[in-house]
Amino acid sequence: MRDVAVIGVGMNKWGELWDKSLRDLIAESALLALDDAGIDKVEAMYIGCMSSGLFTDQEHLASIGPDYAAMCPTPGIRVESACASGGLAFRSAFIHVASGLADIVMAVGVEKMTDVDGAGATFGLATAADQEYEVYNGITFPGLYSMMAIHHMHKYGTTRDQLAQVAVKNHKNGAKNPLAQFRMEVTIDQVKNAVMVADPLTILDCSPITDGSAAVILCSMDKAKEITKRRLVKVIGSGHASDTIQLAQRDDLSFLKSTKLAAQQALAMAGRKIKDVDFLEVHDCFTIAEIMVLEALGCIAPGKGGPSTADGLTALDGKLPVNASGGLKSKGHPVGATGVAQIVEITKQIRCDAEKDRKVKKADIGLAQNMGGSGASSVVHILEGI
Amino acid sequence: MSSPRYWREMPQRYRYEAAKCKKCGKVLFPPRLICPGCRARDFEKVHINQTGEIETYTVIRVAPAPFVDQAPYPVAIVNMGDGVRILCQLADIEPEEIKIGLPVRIEFRKIQKQGESGLLLYGYKCVPEF
Repeated sequence: MRDVAVIGVGMNKWGELWDKSLRDLIAESALLALDDAGIDKVEAMYIGCMSSGLFTDQEHLASIGPDYAAMCPTPGIRVESACASGGLAFRSAFIHVASGLADIVMAVGVEKMTDVDGAGATFGLATAADQEYEVYNGITFPGLYSMMAIHHMHKYGTTRDQLAQVAVKNHKNGAKNPLAQFRMEVTIDQVKNAVMVADPLTILDCSPITDGSAAVILCSMDKAKEITKRRLVKVIGSGHASDTIQLAQRDDLSFLKSTKLAAQQALAMAGRKIKDVDFLEVHDCFTIAEIMVLEALGCIAPGKGGPSTADGLTALDGKLPVNASGGLKSKGHPVGATGVAQIVEITKQIRCDAEKDRKVKKADIGLAQNMGGSGASSVVHILEGI
Repeated sequence: MSSPRYWREMPQRYRYEAAKCKKCGKVLFPPRLICPGCRARDFEKVHINQTGEIETYTVIRVAPAPFVDQAPYPVAIVNMGDGVRILCQLADIEPEEIKIGLPVRIEFRKIQKQGESGLLLYGYKCVPEF
């Protein structure tokens, strides 16, 4: 395998984008990334998308992506792993370049979720769980994560306030991100007293329904040095693991084993320890998820995620900034786009391109963690500025 | 839901049928073609236990379309013993009575009503075991 760098990133403003179609979203971020890299073509386009069929009746993104980015006959490859589709598209593009098959490849993540109503979006998202043994019985995604939260609270003493602190922190960061969907701060009381979705999680513990896209361009290191004058962002580690589709069939209901295994692979490839990581973008689809992800990555001991968050460890000015972008919680969660957007954010931070008031103090090594369903698939990447 | 899709799962939803691995003894619910414990492929048909304990739970307040009329309703992951855990609704219990470790019993119940025609879908729920 040869060295690979990120040479261009693009992301549009996320939200309820009534005036933008699925194809517009793909093209918009793809063009931003091309412009950022200063190039006008790539050799392949990976498209991470969970469910364009259910959300917009459109499949065959392998054609519509290159077509509307004016890239035909460049091949497109659709990648799906539920909410980890974006992270997996990035990993697939990385493997494509690292293998030597191509020098320059794009990974786009996209989801157009508001062409269906709330019930339609909930139905589409639920297909990431086991249809026959979870969804059939009336469970929802907030419900699955609520059951993890209750288990975590019972096992470790994690508190309702500690969960809320994740939302408070991420909204504080997202309020400073001009591309975020919900640029408002929230308080612990507002989170706790918001509409209950599934006990103990309220609407402010949940990531929103979002339209959005993000794109990155990967390039072989040799070629990257010719193309870009900016700080090179090298992909030093990549890991990917699966777990049972059913939450009930996991050994430990409050531990994300697939995330642990994906992180171990990525760290081994990078030849680094988790303590070498300066900052992270993680999959906070629900407040409890960020706590459990940090424990699975090994950043915090199992059971200590809640207290560490409350103590400010993961705040923008803390020792280990997590989700400086606002995370899924505030930035939004167009499911297929999320994993690619995490790479966009990490690249921006490493290149010192993030907005001044939300820059992390030390941004040499960043880690992105993206997961599908209730943790049934996880993708981890580590990027380093060189 | 198509008839074949519903029909395929009836042994599990109506009779709680599981597969016991002939090599390592692991009980699989639902059955699979290969044992995730030892990779053996020979099984005998067994039934999961009728009683279990709540391992975790929630109360669904914002429900998916087929369940809107039932909300709020509790859902739990129940440990049925022999390494089998199931996810199902809890019935005949108030939310404030639910706690981790509570003994429950599996019962055959109506699960959802589908579409305007009101097609009834059945399966299992758990009720408190006193």
